[in-house]
Amino acid sequence: MSAPEATAGGRRNDRLRRRKIVNRLMEGLAWLAAAIAVAILGIVVFSVARKGASELNLNLLTKPPVPFAPPDVAQGLGNAFIGTLIIVGIATVIALPVGILIAIYVSEFAGPWVKNAVTLTLDVLNGIPAIVIGIFVFGLIVVGRGQSGFAGGFALSILMLPLVARSTMEVLALVPNSLREASLGLGVPRWRTTLSIVLPQTIGGVVTGATLAVARVAGETAPLLFTSSIVGNQINWNPHHALQTVPVAIFELSESPSPDDHARAWAAAFVLMMFILFASLGARWLATRSRRKLMAR
Amino acid sequence: MSTIESALRVETKRAPLPPRERLEQVFDIEGLNAIYGAKPAVKGVTMEVYKNLVTAIIGPSGCGKSTFIRCLNRMNDLIPGFRQEGTIRYHGQNIGGNDVDPVAVRRTIGMVFQRPNPFPKSIYDNVAWGLRVLRMKDSLDERVERALTQAALWDEVKDRLKASGLSLSGGQQQRLCIARAIAVEPDVVLMDEPASALDPIATQAIEQLMHDLKNEYSFVIVTHNMQQAARVADMTAFFSISTGGEGARWGELIEYDDTTKIFTAPSDKRTEDYVTGRFG
Repeated sequence: MSAPEATAGGRRNDRLRRRKIVNRLMEGLAWLAAAIAVAILGIVVFSVARKGASELNLNLLTKPPVPFAPPDVAQGLGNAFIGTLIIVGIATVIALPVGILIAIYVSEFAGPWVKNAVTLTLDVLNGIPAIVIGIFVFGLIVVGRGQSGFAGGFALSILMLPLVARSTMEVLALVPNSLREASLGLGVPRWRTTLSIVLPQTIGGVVTGATLAVARVAGETAPLLFTSSIVGNQINWNPHHALQTVPVAIFELSESPSPDDHARAWAAAFVLMMFILFASLGARWLATRSRRKLMAR
Repeated sequence: MSTIESALRVETKRAPLPPRERLEQVFDIEGLNAIYGAKPAVKGVTMEVYKNLVTAIIGPSGCGKSTFIRCLNRMNDLIPGFRQEGTIRYHGQNIGGNDVDPVAVRRTIGMVFQRPNPFPKSIYDNVAWGLRVLRMKDSLDERVERALTQAALWDEVKDRLKASGLSLSGGQQQRLCIARAIAVEPDVVLMDEPASALDPIATQAIEQLMHDLKNEYSFVIVTHNMQQAARVADMTAFFSISTGGEGARWGELIEYDDTTKIFTAPSDKRTEDYVTGRFG
């Protein structure tokens, strides 16, 4: 081997070594970033659980709060959990059908111009701060009629709508066109093709999107402050009245002077977080299951 | 054997067709233009398609074969910005106009696509679903069995009709799609390169069933496989790409004749170049 060739080879080895080092370094940084994300979640869950541990029991979910009660009286945030259940239920009942219908219209029937316009509208709606939605519903429904569970549910449904519609549009776009053509080629009308061939393909995706949307709005505070926050301490199932909700209860308890109230707020926050966590996990499980069913059946 | 025929090594000898005046017309196409947005894909197609024959459309990629065949059952209506001009008379009735219901057209003019596209349903339901939706529910089981038998699939699937259509092999899936198309008793079956995704044995099965079924249906088949056209088609239309100023390209019908004539004595130089493999 002559001298110049050896030098060239040496330079190549140097470069190779440097690349390996840079590669390791970047990989390490990426790993660290991922670890930070997981760690933050872990720290939040752990510290919330630790601070709320003293109040984390079944009474929290079932018993109403008793203000200025002696420490041995069993109390909880039952009214808030029931209120959240009802209000999120109302929001889902409104947003789910409307969102799915929007998605079907936009994905299956609308022309390209309308499609772009509605998609943009949904994205903008999704970006509107929740408190603005709260003020909007306050002006629209609450002024003159007073707060109610319906007003709260309506406000949350506006937040859910773009989430449901966009996620349904995404799964509709995944249904292969060849399937639509197969049905239309038989002389089956378009509405029937959409209903019987396209929609059944999307059920898993729609349920996933809806679950994530429910998880997202269950933690919303701002719109409910305007629409359903002036409440008593008794358990109430009637959405004609304002209902206590978990996020609002946490917010109010955090301002209380009593350390027991603080512990109850932490415990409620922990329950809410666990609900969102398990809802997301359940949604993912459903999504993979339906996808597998679609592929392998 | 002529030189072209020996170059292709295909058998084109067959019983001669009766004179065209004695054949019944299914489609009478006049001056058909198919346009995407401002871009013409096919220009000025004028031809007839005859009953109980297999009509093949051949030509190089991009010559508008698929666009043309999809005009015949208004399948292009689904593409935004598409329009067609000219007339397509189907048994004398113009089906090209805007006042015609494309659903009714597709009801009698069925289609089999390039890639097998069975529904994610059972084998039985793949065939039965169309029948149920189109209210042909009487003696459903017999209709399904008949369609699967005609598509030469019955013997392979009769013991597992409940299995998913997607569990079949590619060739079986395509025959299932053919069964699904003929179950609803169309008059014409359009086939858009039905064998291009299949192996030779599956291809042969599909060609055989077209041959067996042409007494009941009229077939129009798009293929870029000339041997296939020579084997199955009675009539063959050759499409080619024409170019104009400013890079404009569109598909055009060059020659339409008996398959034997197209492959042994084409009257246009471009057809001869294509079938002998000098072009395309």
